[in-house]
Amino acid sequence: MSSDLVIDVSDVTKKFGDKTVVNGIGLQVRQGEIYGFLGPNGSGKTTFIRMLCGLLTPDAGSGTCLGYDVRTQQADIKRHVGYMTQKFSFYEDLSIRENLDFIARIYGVPGRHEAVEGSLKRLGLHQRSHQLAGQLSGGWKQRLALAACLIHTPRLLLLDEPTAGVDPKARREFWDEIHQLSAGGLTVLITTHYMDEAERCHQIAYLAYGNLLTRGTVAEVIASAKLSTWEITGPDLPALAMRLRGQPGLDEVVAFGNTLHVSSRDPVPAEQTLAPLRTGAHRCRSIPPGLEDVFISLMNTARDNFK
Amino acid sequence: MSRRFSLSRFWAIVLKEFIQMKRDRATFAMMVGIPLVQLLLFGYAINSDPKFLPTLIVDADGGPFARTLVQAMTHSEYFDVLDVTTEDGAARALKLGETQFVLNIPVDFTRRILRGERPAVLLEADATDPAATAPALAAINVIVQSAFARDLPGPLRPLNGSAGPVDFQVHRHYNPEGITQYNVVPGLMGVVLTMTMVVITALAITRERERGTMENLLATPVRPSEVMIGKILPYIIVGYVQVTLILLASRFLFHVPIIGNLALLYLVALLFIAANLAMGITFSTVAKNQLQAVQMAFFFFLPSLLLSGFMFPFRGMPEWAQVLGSALPLTHFLRVVRGVMLKGNGIAEIAPEVWPIALFMLVAMFVAVKRYRQTLD
Ligand SMILES: Nc1ncnc2c1ncn2[C@@H]1O[C@H](COP(=O)(O)OP(=O)(O)OP(=O)(O)O)[C@@H](O)[C@H]1O
Ligand SMILES: [Mg+2]
Repeated sequence: MSSDLVIDVSDVTKKFGDKTVVNGIGLQVRQGEIYGFLGPNGSGKTTFIRMLCGLLTPDAGSGTCLGYDVRTQQADIKRHVGYMTQKFSFYEDLSIRENLDFIARIYGVPGRHEAVEGSLKRLGLHQRSHQLAGQLSGGWKQRLALAACLIHTPRLLLLDEPTAGVDPKARREFWDEIHQLSAGGLTVLITTHYMDEAERCHQIAYLAYGNLLTRGTVAEVIASAKLSTWEITGPDLPALAMRLRGQPGLDEVVAFGNTLHVSSRDPVPAEQTLAPLRTGAHRCRSIPPGLEDVFISLMNTARDNFK
Repeated sequence: MSRRFSLSRFWAIVLKEFIQMKRDRATFAMMVGIPLVQLLLFGYAINSDPKFLPTLIVDADGGPFARTLVQAMTHSEYFDVLDVTTEDGAARALKLGETQFVLNIPVDFTRRILRGERPAVLLEADATDPAATAPALAAINVIVQSAFARDLPGPLRPLNGSAGPVDFQVHRHYNPEGITQYNVVPGLMGVVLTMTMVVITALAITRERERGTMENLLATPVRPSEVMIGKILPYIIVGYVQVTLILLASRFLFHVPIIGNLALLYLVALLFIAANLAMGITFSTVAKNQLQAVQMAFFFFLPSLLLSGFMFPFRGMPEWAQVLGSALPLTHFLRVVRGVMLKGNGIAEIAPEVWPIALFMLVAMFVAVKRYRQTLD
């Protein structure tokens, strides 16, 4: 059982000065899994990933990554991990091909030339292989970064917001590729702020203020939040939203297009508050909570608990 | 396997640096341009043959031979006799820079020449700028000899033999060593290398850090020594280009004699270039950003320039400055370059200057590899 855990760490903590950025996080990821890492800005996602691939040393905690100790065997981890940084970090003054060739040499990829050609073809970058990386658009930079991360056939992919600023079609293709790789046995840990991407993960974890708040499949995460959500339609929703905020039992009042989503962790007083709406001009119906409702609720609870 | 130095990873860094160097035309142009500009600037000052330099005469004699001497100097066109004045007035003018030379002719000059007593004549020079006075001073003895050769009456001609009829003394004020072009141009080789090589690698790591490429590099299995040496090697070639440019200019523009073995010079230059590159790498592991790195390089360059013996005669400096200067690779490299080029020194003669350069390089390299952080902590 534990042998097919590609990532197995516990109580990992990182402080910058006296600020605890990652607070005792444990994580187990099985081989071939696509693990989504979510959380608001500054919640410690990047910091946690950096500790996994040996770029930062944890202040506390222990564990293994690909069977190597995260504290002592960082050199071994680096050889088998493909890490895609949040900010583009390849050489802008090198061409696409030169960047790939550089990475292939650094990892000592056997059959380097074929590997570079193959990766150029697969990503449809072949025609532009002589273009400088710095001249690529954001989306193409991401594709180059992914290609470079894969060139040494890593056993674990750590992707830090790989689809930020990428158009929907390219995002879909990107995720299709991730699923193919995962089907081939590659393990992927990926951070994202997109809910639709979270739903394409096998497992997700949600961080806030350095704390792991929840994890599991999407369904498990939603269920464990024990959230009740109502959808309200009708006239003059902004005014209604203003009126409802802060009312007893209502945790979240969020505008969703032409509807209002109201969420509550405590359905009894919420029902009482919402009861008058059922008779007026508005329509109010109970709906299953979405991932976003759950996350926003989690984040607000976390803010109350940790700030 | 990844714990040991890997040639292929090292080579990956070298190739990458070469490509980046090729793309960064401006920097490359600077590397070639700096030695050329420096040579032309310094060379202009050296090559110029200043004439009609203001000269004051303090004549305590007033006899015909005194006049012969002054006339000969005027004819040579090196000296422009302004005035005849008193000793005090001349001293002041020299100090204020109003005159370049003061010629002191002693009492009874003419009479003592006729008696064959070889009276002493003192030419005082403001040698603050040696390039200004050197040609005139080089010419003065010939001027004096030929003047008296013409004017001495027949029976006294033998006096004009090897020693000459007058004891001509030159006193260089303010800069006793009197650096000449032979001194400056070879010295420039070390100065240019120090100036450019340290800066170029001081930026090497900080640039990676500022551009964010460091995070990627650190996430790969590459070793610190592979990065360091891989970043140094391409610039050794740039340094060699500079050395060659300066040697060519020395030979064909400034006609500096090159007596010694050039291969030996190139060999020591390799060591010296590597020492400066290693110093730059060390700076780049300490500096937080590129600006800081450049400033550190500058603060290294300044004492090198001042304490190495390039600007001021090394033996003229106070002891503490000499000790400091001895720790700098430029000090030793200057001696090697001048020794090999001008005196034809061989390995045995330069050995005492080579090992300090090697030691400096090893220490700098060691510190750089130690300081290179393999994490982002
Ligand atoms: N090197 C560092 N020194 C000091 N503080 C740091 C450092 N790196 C990160 N932090 C702080 O740690 C916290 C977590 O940062 P981190 O980058 O891990 O967040 P994140 O979850 O990746 O956020 P985002 O979604 O915006 O990428 C932030 O408050 C950040 O300011
Ligand atoms: Mg981040």
